[in-house]
Amino acid sequence: MSGAFTKSMARNIFYGGTVFFFLLFLALSFDTHSQLPKRDMRQNITPQVAEGKKLWEVNNCIGCHTLMGEGAYFAPELANVVVRYGDEGVKAFIQSRPKEGIPGRRSMPQFNFTDEQLDAIVAFLKHVNSINDANWPPNDQG
Amino acid sequence: MQYQSQAVAKPYFIAAIGLFLGQILFGLILGLQYVIGDFLFPEIPFNVARMVHTNLLIVWLLFGFMGGAYYMIPEEAETELHSPKLALAMFWIFLVAGAATIVGYLAVPYATLAEFTGNNILETMGREFLEQPLPTKLGIVVVALVFLFNITMTVLKGKKTAVATVLLIGLWGLAIFFLFAFYNPVNVVLDKFFWWWTVHLWVEGVWELILGSFLAFVLIKTTGVDREVIEKWLYVIVTLTLITGIIGTGHHYYWIGTPEYWQWWGSIFSALEPIPFFAMTVFAFNMVNRRRRDHPNKAAVLWALGCGVMAFLGAGVWGFLHTLAPVNYYTHGTQITAAHGHMAFYGAYVMVVLMMISYAMPILRGRAANSNKSQVIEMWAFWLMTIAMVFITLFLTAAGILQVWLQRVSDTPLPFMVGQDKIALFYWMREWSGVVFLIGLLLYIASFFIGGKEEKAA
Repeated sequence: MSGAFTKSMARNIFYGGTVFFFLLFLALSFDTHSQLPKRDMRQNITPQVAEGKKLWEVNNCIGCHTLMGEGAYFAPELANVVVRYGDEGVKAFIQSRPKEGIPGRRSMPQFNFTDEQLDAIVAFLKHVNSINDANWPPNDQG
Repeated sequence: MQYQSQAVAKPYFIAAIGLFLGQILFGLILGLQYVIGDFLFPEIPFNVARMVHTNLLIVWLLFGFMGGAYYMIPEEAETELHSPKLALAMFWIFLVAGAATIVGYLAVPYATLAEFTGNNILETMGREFLEQPLPTKLGIVVVALVFLFNITMTVLKGKKTAVATVLLIGLWGLAIFFLFAFYNPVNVVLDKFFWWWTVHLWVEGVWELILGSFLAFVLIKTTGVDREVIEKWLYVIVTLTLITGIIGTGHHYYWIGTPEYWQWWGSIFSALEPIPFFAMTVFAFNMVNRRRRDHPNKAAVLWALGCGVMAFLGAGVWGFLHTLAPVNYYTHGTQITAAHGHMAFYGAYVMVVLMMISYAMPILRGRAANSNKSQVIEMWAFWLMTIAMVFITLFLTAAGILQVWLQRVSDTPLPFMVGQDKIALFYWMREWSGVVFLIGLLLYIASFFIGGKEEKAA
């Protein structure tokens, strides 16, 4: 890289290219936002779903699980867990975790949730499951 | 060193290495929990250890970036730092805030921590990598802004080289995109969409500018190749980085509720993301081959070359491996992602910070380079850590391929945990590779305490 191609040309391409592609990214993001209402089921976000999301966050569920494939890979995908276990199954599983863990096995903490909190968590997970996410995951096992 | 104020970099580098050691110890705990599930349970559950592991990584890399900038900017601008006192004050604030956060993670349940640190005022916690309590997040913003003020003022009163400009753009970008950490809408799709504006636009965007700038600086210093040539390369590399990486964000928008056209944009542009990393490798080797001097600090040159190669393999090749949408449909959120994450972070950001430390630390300690004996130990550390990381990546990749097959592709898909039990052998091998990595890191730390005949300051 010598001769005709100078440093100032390289610099101009850097600034021009960056600005162009950032604007393109903004345009695509803008278009995405206009399409999202048809996909993200926002009309179904009730206070209960919001409460479930908050519980999901303040208990750091993403520190072990994935949600729509994002998170940690230590424990199962939960965007479709209601498909695997059903509402009651999910609640029973969370409730029945032994405080001291299961000897030798990956163990989930006992969070001592109230019934209302369990309902909120399930409502949130069902909401996530209803989002149009291009048919992911490939099967019910997550 | 040429400027007295460069000395503020030293505590930053020391803290970075200390936190790096903490990160690796928690990595080993996590690796063990993968095979002995209840190890340290319920005292340190996996999610807590993982927060410590990833947050320590982020914090020590930030220490490394700031230390590197404080060392480099006075030399580039050819003037003393605007305010060394401010830099030192920010060091202590950042260290205390970081340590308090880690203690908070370990001492109380996360939900309690959230309650007592104001998460009810502004809910930002509980999202991957952005788990920090609100006061810590605000602290990061304050430290970042004061830091940016300090180095921007230094550049403004001095020379404005391309190397310094690219670094400044990278660092300002880092601070600006962190602000999305404060945006957490109740709509989970929007939450995830903008979460990536921090996470992706950091590691596959502005951080690469910091990486390129550090690499260019050390190559100028150690090879004596004309600055014009190196800076031209730098501009080309960061151009390729941003024109591929910005739209490349799309590879995170395949399966989170965003429109399907992202599968095209994401696949095409992120397939091009290895190119800037390849250019970086060619750049590093080219410059070292055309060197006009033999710098006595051979270890620093080794880190520079290693960084180019490993960043290309980890970020470039292992990224490409699972970035095309039809492939990612099966690999998304598996050990393949973990394999890529480990080698990419090590190859790109760990190695570039260690390169900077390797180059700057001897000078900060009053010599051009460490003794031959010390450098030999440092190079052993380089090879042990690097080879260990290659094996960690290979074992996780093997685990990932099997996981994808057992859980998602086969005719009779297995439940997650049944599959995990079947691939435990690879997790064991990953853990042993991790032990070798730790030995390499301990040797690296030991190399700072080995004396011998040192190269005099230039």
